[in-house]
Amino acid sequence: MNWQGYAQIIVFLAVLVASVKPLGAYMARVYEGEPIILEKGLGWLERLIYRLAGVSRDPEQREMPWTTYAVAMVIFNGTGILLVYAVQRLQGFLPLNPQGFAAPTPDLSWNTAVSFATNTNWQSYGGETTMSNFTQMTALAVQNFVCAASGMAVMIALVRGIARKTTSTLGNFWVDLTRSTLYILLPLTVVWAVIFVSQGVVQTFGAYPSVGLLQATKDADGHAVTDQVIALGPAASQIAIKMLGTNGGGFFNANGAHPFENPTPLSNFFNIYGLLLIPAALTYTFGKMVKDTRQGWTILATMFVVFLPLLALCVSQEQAGNPALASLHVDQVASALHAGGNMEGKEVRFGISATGLFASATTGASCGAVNAMHDSFTPLGGLVPLWLIQLGEIVFGGVGSGMYGILMFAIVAVFVAGLMVGRTPEYLGKKIEAREMKMASLAILFPAATILVFTAIAVVTESGKKGVFNPGPHGFSEVLYAFSSATGNNGSAFGGLGANTPFYNTALGIAMFFGRYFIKVPVLALAGGLAAKKLVPAGAGTLPTHTPLFVTMLVGTIVVVGALTFIPSLALGPIVEHLLAKS
Amino acid sequence: MLSQIRPALVTLAALTLVTGLAYPLLVTGIAQAAFPHQANGSLVLKDGKPIGSTLIGQSFDDPKYFWGRLSATTDSNGKALPYNGGSSVASNLGPNNPALIDEVKGRVDALLAADPDNQAPIPVDLVTSSGSGLDPDISPAAAQYQVHRVAKARGLDDARVKALVQAHVEGRQLGILGEDRVNVLELNLALDEIK
Repeated sequence: MNWQGYAQIIVFLAVLVASVKPLGAYMARVYEGEPIILEKGLGWLERLIYRLAGVSRDPEQREMPWTTYAVAMVIFNGTGILLVYAVQRLQGFLPLNPQGFAAPTPDLSWNTAVSFATNTNWQSYGGETTMSNFTQMTALAVQNFVCAASGMAVMIALVRGIARKTTSTLGNFWVDLTRSTLYILLPLTVVWAVIFVSQGVVQTFGAYPSVGLLQATKDADGHAVTDQVIALGPAASQIAIKMLGTNGGGFFNANGAHPFENPTPLSNFFNIYGLLLIPAALTYTFGKMVKDTRQGWTILATMFVVFLPLLALCVSQEQAGNPALASLHVDQVASALHAGGNMEGKEVRFGISATGLFASATTGASCGAVNAMHDSFTPLGGLVPLWLIQLGEIVFGGVGSGMYGILMFAIVAVFVAGLMVGRTPEYLGKKIEAREMKMASLAILFPAATILVFTAIAVVTESGKKGVFNPGPHGFSEVLYAFSSATGNNGSAFGGLGANTPFYNTALGIAMFFGRYFIKVPVLALAGGLAAKKLVPAGAGTLPTHTPLFVTMLVGTIVVVGALTFIPSLALGPIVEHLLAKS
Repeated sequence: MLSQIRPALVTLAALTLVTGLAYPLLVTGIAQAAFPHQANGSLVLKDGKPIGSTLIGQSFDDPKYFWGRLSATTDSNGKALPYNGGSSVASNLGPNNPALIDEVKGRVDALLAADPDNQAPIPVDLVTSSGSGLDPDISPAAAQYQVHRVAKARGLDDARVKALVQAHVEGRQLGILGEDRVNVLELNLALDEIK
């Protein structure tokens, strides 16, 4: 790799870290109801929504216990699923459909509806050949905003549960949802969308133009091809929220590899920056709201400790190239004139370094956008995104979901530490007891079980095996990746898998549903329980949770749980493929 | 429970209007006013007619043009149609899939057949397919590899074509972002301008 390849990663990480405090502090103000400047422009809209929705203007009166908060979230997301399903099925009758696309099939519509409402954005379809502009804008992009906002709301409810004492309430879901959307996501997306357009991302409502080719060619049947159809659409606005909401669903089939979706290295930088920005900054918001910012920095440090070695593994494996091509007169060694490495499924403008960074970031977060095809990565290069998803997408995680995910691991870590010294564990002044451990374990183990059980079902049934594209252990990796991605609400894929079948559309839809709500509901239950507890003053036996020692313990917990759960399945896929290629 | 249905419907409707209509229309307005060329697909005009987009690659296999990356795109019946700008897709071939080895071999053979004198190892981006199937660029190494063939087919000096390639190398943004690259369509258009 050239020095520029290292430099762009270092500069990226520096910009990210520098953004954590300002944005994190701002988000804390948004959630604590402190005055913010955007209320001058959008406050009327916020108040109008509350009035029409019947939400009290009095912050005390509208407080919700965890059960109401959870019910509100589930009803809201359920309504979203119905709306997205309906818009797709009625697509043929709705406006803004310049290409005249018909309605997607019922199983595909179900899959897509669940996918976008759960922040997964798994896509069994190609955007530019399936979805009208109307569907993309009013159904898919809206869910990109509001499911991200509902993830942030749940995280804030958990933080309130930790920060408050002897109370039964966690805030108001509708207020957290609306404020997340209007004051955090919306302003950022406008800025990002304009940056994207300046780089060449399209934003138009016209039909696809046809242009004359410089050199005419022939198609597979020998007919002359003299024109090229160019797919367009209102892409920039959707791609901005796709990244900032860690949704990841592409406007075009090739996602962030498509030159209209991610045209330049600078747009690529803003893609990755956008997807990690809010999750990283929420660590500071957390610290601010529990009145000890060291706690937030500790969580952020933990994320970096897990992220950096995996990033290095991914980039180095891809840079090493594909040994299978070594004997074919192909130059894979990086030089001043090319990036070299494993370029199948990658774009020249990104090369290896910007691609490895994207792949690690998008799966460390629950984004799932891609700027290259993970299916064509080297075995261990592809193991990195797969395992990052399986770790629970907590480095840096989805907006909100990453933070509440890593807090579950923090609770397990203090519990394990408590066991070692034989003392009731505490986290931030709250005693961690049987109920907390049950909820945290549920949130960690349920997704793992979903991934493994569904993968097992798929690889022993005919309808599951039929979708496999690449032969050998790589085919198993495709299935494992699909269920990891769906359950983790990631949405990226080993894209060779033929997943647009009733079996996969249905099974992956269920996995996405489980992966979202069987974490969110236990998290809220845990938050409700914590809020009701008294504060225990820190004593001599209290484990401080802002030290390098705690970072080590938290990293250990994450890695041990993730490794013990998934190494057997990884051994059957990428690891054995790597060993076979070596032999 | 029922008391949460009204806020659910109202909030979803309101946020759909804001984020699903107002927001994309606002962005479209800004985009069309400030960056109309980019917002409409960065089309290249020749004699007033669009002949491509600088961001979307085209298929070249004539020895007198520079060739781009391999492309896995298909037509609507699933038959091979490289650089179909209406339907982006990648090969998704795994690193040890025999079909990948065949694909690379086929391309190596085609390049060698078009330029038997050139025994240099072939830059990897020229023998692999891109993630989008529409990659508009090749590496400077891949362009230089083809200089001799293109010059010969056009009866030009190698040096002249090489200089043209040099002039079309687009550097990293801000000095460090991404990779150096050559836009194949722009390079080929410039070639056709040489009289």
